[in-house]
Amino acid sequence: MKINISRIIIFIFVIFFLLVFWRGLKKDNNYDTKSLIGNKISNFQLTEINNEDQYFSEEDLKKNKYTLINFFASWCAPCRTEHKFLIRLSNERKKIKIIGINFKDKKSNAINFLKELGNPYYFSGKDVDGKISILFGIYGIPESILVDNKLTIIKKIVGPIDRRQYEEILRLIQ
Amino acid sequence: MKLKKIIFIVYLFFFSCLQANEKKSELLEIYKNLRCLVCQGQSIADSNSDFAATIKLVVQDQIKEGKSKDEIYTFLTSKYGEWIVYQPTFNRNNFLLWTLPYAILVLGGFVIFFIVRKNKKQ
Repeated sequence: MKINISRIIIFIFVIFFLLVFWRGLKKDNNYDTKSLIGNKISNFQLTEINNEDQYFSEEDLKKNKYTLINFFASWCAPCRTEHKFLIRLSNERKKIKIIGINFKDKKSNAINFLKELGNPYYFSGKDVDGKISILFGIYGIPESILVDNKLTIIKKIVGPIDRRQYEEILRLIQ
Repeated sequence: MKLKKIIFIVYLFFFSCLQANEKKSELLEIYKNLRCLVCQGQSIADSNSDFAATIKLVVQDQIKEGKSKDEIYTFLTSKYGEWIVYQPTFNRNNFLLWTLPYAILVLGGFVIFFIVRKNKKQ
């Protein structure tokens, strides 16, 4: 009888550890912040790249049905590849507005970047030391966040926007 | 009078040094409990990456604003999820992780107690 009880305990422990390892193996361990979808954007204030007196805050976001917040920099190569999709999205002005946040960049370089590739943003803010990016849960650029007028995060795109994501954004804002 | 002044200045100097050290160690403690999300197994304290540098700035700002350690962790967790802190908070998903070692410790204690008692009887 004694042997049976200890056998049962050992068996339960083995099953428990196997289950833990099995779950651990099945779990996706690549970190991303997609779990933040559904959360609200908190208070922030952006200053325009060209005009220190022009501000943009979460109150301005409430005026648009959908806003795509895009973090970009002139030194970021993937930002160039996604730019054409941002330009295309900017043509859907009635449905979505795009704001750009220039991340840890030189003002002149950022302006040249937008002159060269086109400016899809209706507001271009600056984040000189990166602190604003933390408010949005950004950990690398390019990153984009789609929010609605209730400031709820609908989609988070880590990395450059490609055709698939562009189409998904269009689908989401329909 | 002069001696008193000198003693007062020396006292102020040591007091400010002590306070600065305290703040530094508090900052370091927070940095050590924050994971650098773009590094391989490094904390914010160990990393010189861009991301770590920005997080350090944000933590310094929040300490200056008078926020506590827990408030800072809560803020960063709300932005990056619980993965950013090395020491996770107690919740439904990890309650076994927190309670199992204590349960095993108590259970082990009982097992040893009963074995010892049984051996004494024999």
